Amino acid sequence: MSGNPQRGRDLYLTGCQSCHGFDARGIQGTAPTLHGVGAASADFYLTTGRMPLDDPHSQPDRTEPAYDRQSIDDLVAYIGSLGGPEIPQVDVVGGRLNLGEGQRLFTNSCAACHQIAGRGGVMSGAFVPTLLEATPRQVVEAARIGPYVMPRFSETQLNDRELAAIARYVQYAKHPQNPGGWALFDVGPVPEGMVAWLIGLLALLLVIRMLGRNEAP
Amino acid sequence: MIRRAVRFLDERLGTAPLLKKTLQYVFPDHWTFMLGEIALYAFVVLVATGIYLALFFEPSLAHVTYQGDYAPLRGHEMTKAFQSTLDLSFETKGGLLLRQTHHWAANVFVAAIVLHLLRILYTGASRKPRDLNVWIGTTLLALAVFEGYAGYSLPDDLLSGMGLAIGYSVLLSLPVVGAWLAVLVWGGQFPGKEVFEPRLFITHVFVIPIVMATLIAIHLAIIVRQKHTQFPGPGRTERNVVGSTLWPSYALRSTSLLLAVAGVLLLLGGLVQINPIWLYGPYHTYSATNGAQPDWYIGWLIGALRLMPPLEIHVFGYTLVPNPFFGGALFPLLVFGLLYSWPAIERRITGDHARHELLDRPRDVPWRTATISAFFSWVAVVFLAGSQDQVALHFHFSYVGLVWFFRVASVVVPLVVFFVTRRVAAELKETELHPLRLDR
Amino acid sequence: MKRWLIAALVLLLGKLRPPRALPPGRPVREPDRRAENLTFLLLLCAMAAAAAFIAFYFANPDTQFLGATLGLAFVLLAAACLVAGKRVVPQIEGVKERPELEHPFEQDEVVAVIAEGGEGVSRKRFFLLAGGGAAGLMGAALLTPALSCGPEANRVLSRSPWNRGRLLVTELDEPIVAAGIVVGELVTAFPSGADKEDIASPVIVVRVRPDELDLPDDRRGWAPEGLIGYSKICTHAGCAVSEYRYPSYGPTAPGPAVVCPCHYSTFSVTEGGKRIFGPAGRALPQLPLAINGDGQLVADGDFSGRPGPGWWGVRK
Repeated sequence: MSGNPQRGRDLYLTGCQSCHGFDARGIQGTAPTLHGVGAASADFYLTTGRMPLDDPHSQPDRTEPAYDRQSIDDLVAYIGSLGGPEIPQVDVVGGRLNLGEGQRLFTNSCAACHQIAGRGGVMSGAFVPTLLEATPRQVVEAARIGPYVMPRFSETQLNDRELAAIARYVQYAKHPQNPGGWALFDVGPVPEGMVAWLIGLLALLLVIRMLGRNEAP
Repeated sequence: MIRRAVRFLDERLGTAPLLKKTLQYVFPDHWTFMLGEIALYAFVVLVATGIYLALFFEPSLAHVTYQGDYAPLRGHEMTKAFQSTLDLSFETKGGLLLRQTHHWAANVFVAAIVLHLLRILYTGASRKPRDLNVWIGTTLLALAVFEGYAGYSLPDDLLSGMGLAIGYSVLLSLPVVGAWLAVLVWGGQFPGKEVFEPRLFITHVFVIPIVMATLIAIHLAIIVRQKHTQFPGPGRTERNVVGSTLWPSYALRSTSLLLAVAGVLLLLGGLVQINPIWLYGPYHTYSATNGAQPDWYIGWLIGALRLMPPLEIHVFGYTLVPNPFFGGALFPLLVFGLLYSWPAIERRITGDHARHELLDRPRDVPWRTATISAFFSWVAVVFLAGSQDQVALHFHFSYVGLVWFFRVASVVVPLVVFFVTRRVAAELKETELHPLRLDR
Repeated sequence: MKRWLIAALVLLLGKLRPPRALPPGRPVREPDRRAENLTFLLLLCAMAAAAAFIAFYFANPDTQFLGATLGLAFVLLAAACLVAGKRVVPQIEGVKERPELEHPFEQDEVVAVIAEGGEGVSRKRFFLLAGGGAAGLMGAALLTPALSCGPEANRVLSRSPWNRGRLLVTELDEPIVAAGIVVGELVTAFPSGADKEDIASPVIVVRVRPDELDLPDDRRGWAPEGLIGYSKICTHAGCAVSEYRYPSYGPTAPGPAVVCPCHYSTFSVTEGGKRIFGPAGRALPQLPLAINGDGQLVADGDFSGRPGPGWWGVRK
């Protein structure tokens, strides 16, 4: 992680200043100030491809990042130099992280929007992104900064260890244990209903088509 | 050997004439007449797998801390009901297979009933003397839907609990008696007292299955008494019934269907995952998941609850009729009320009070085909609206926009379907084209 | 032993028995050898699949293996029956007369028989009324014990664990420090010492900037430092209202609201829980909050309305 804030500033001026302003203090009604949002915000929005955003009034969705890794580091270094929280360090492998605690905390804090297996969801006025591509670091960053309309989670509500447990559960939920067979994308009963009709009942319709007669009346 | 068995029974019960009659019983065997049989055999599979599951399931809301085989839930507080379902799935050999087969069987059971009902209505089999069996069949459909909901609610996972909360709210919303009934059923305010789970269990494994089995028996007895309908054809009249005899061909074919239903359901149960309760985790009143859905046959009720505008009836600041009543109670009452009264409605419209044993092809009576299509498209639109959050998510449509789209569609689509179907049926009747094989 | 073996062979092959004489005039039906062979083959495969199921049960009780083998066994057996039913056995077509269902003469007789039973009885209407009344009351009497299933409704539904000074705690029973909640955060809280699963228990506490607040006049002081509490149970259908949207930049995103993930009823958090979208008919009940001497959140009274789904007679 060796970003060059000087180069970051140059990139900022070509890619970001039209909305966030020449001195990154925001433009009223279009985009917020970037002073104080910190490296964590910059890293989250840039590595998930949510910034730069074509239309400042639309919801920033996850896409391919617009910059390569080095350019992102430079931009992050520049925004970080304006003050605000650092990029959090997340270690989901080491330590004594409990998957059970991760699922419990995820159910209480995240599932209402992101769906229990992190497959995304809806709410009035916004879409909730899937977490299938979210890295542990992005999960923790998002929880701390509260991007777009997502709520924030402060240290008092979820400490670093608890957030790491959630991030670990999110990694698990990408490929959960599916002892029952074909998992139908882990999104619940809607595809199950389709299978019941389009595979189960259709197969049986073919059977009765063979068993019965088709006297064209 | 066979002679001895026949003689043994006949000497004691005098069954030879009855046996002869039974073996020569005639089944008109158009393939669509076997839709009800699929439902019947799915019911058999449900009973068989259900008995097995009941041996392992513990209907108890007592609290335990999970320490079983599934790691992500270890350390969770849960009820014994949920824990025993997990253990049944992870630690009982073949347990998950039968649980999933049971659940698939429920989904296919209701689907087969709906198709069977459509066949009956489209071909005019609902006319006298079979209006009696339309009422029993419709009751069976309602019971099947309720039975499925009760089963979905038993394991006390997150989806169960959310579904029960909604069911409780609908019951609570009934005018005058709602609060009293809800408190009666749950033994108190939701999520209820300890007694609720055993009550739900007895309802699911004993009360409703017995009522359904009895009604199925009556349904079949009435068919035996009235004999099957048949499509018109050479040698077929209103006064006779032409088809295969039970022995030997039809018996073998029907057995084949029973085995095929069991086979397909077991294959689904073994190969396609359904209701992974371990993924949802235990229910608490204060937790919820996005995109929570019921099994498909409850989807039309969720759709109605979601489409309903925020209408409530208030008097002097007091609520009289809360909103869930309209989508959750009034809508299904209307749908089932129309199904029950369809034979009478048709009689009123046509003035035809005669007995009918020969079926119509759907095209033969365009107005009826159009009316039934419009009715089902209305329910189908509301049903689709039940999954609109998944639609919004996967196709990136605005949820608010979808709600308005479906509200409009629930009015427009049935009208369009009515006129289009009537036109198409009349056209087909005139030209005698087959809708799928245009060369004939 | 030998006799049994011969008997088994006879049963299996049916060769030793001379063909039974058929009634004259009826054509002899030729056996369909290929269909018979196919049926045998399918039966053998079904046996193999069933045996495989048993083997997997002991060796590797994986749900997919068990389901595939047992399901296949059934499907193969079904196929055997299908071939046998369609091709191996004769297809006999039958014609039966339908029973006459209507008996107009007997109908009249039944009516007459019933009427005969009431001959010479005076005050028939009175008997009918009294009999009906007795049956009705009897039915009511038999249904009365059902009342022991549940206590009196309104009293039960109106209970609340909240009162002035009741401490708010987390799921793990820790008090909630007011200063620990930042703007844009949502915290789930419960009344200390109460049953957390009770519908009236869970609340959500959020902090908004005090200048965003637009509470009704009679609720001034219910949201100290911009901390607002609402019941977490939806007034529509009882699900947990746990979706929260708080714009990180107000001018380009929808305003602060909580959303129920069951039917997406949406309640504004800055306007006292007012419904702004979805089917809910009542606002989300607000819980007046206060901060005690230790900086912890406490309730400053009961909800502004009854939490959870509504019923006949609940105050709006």
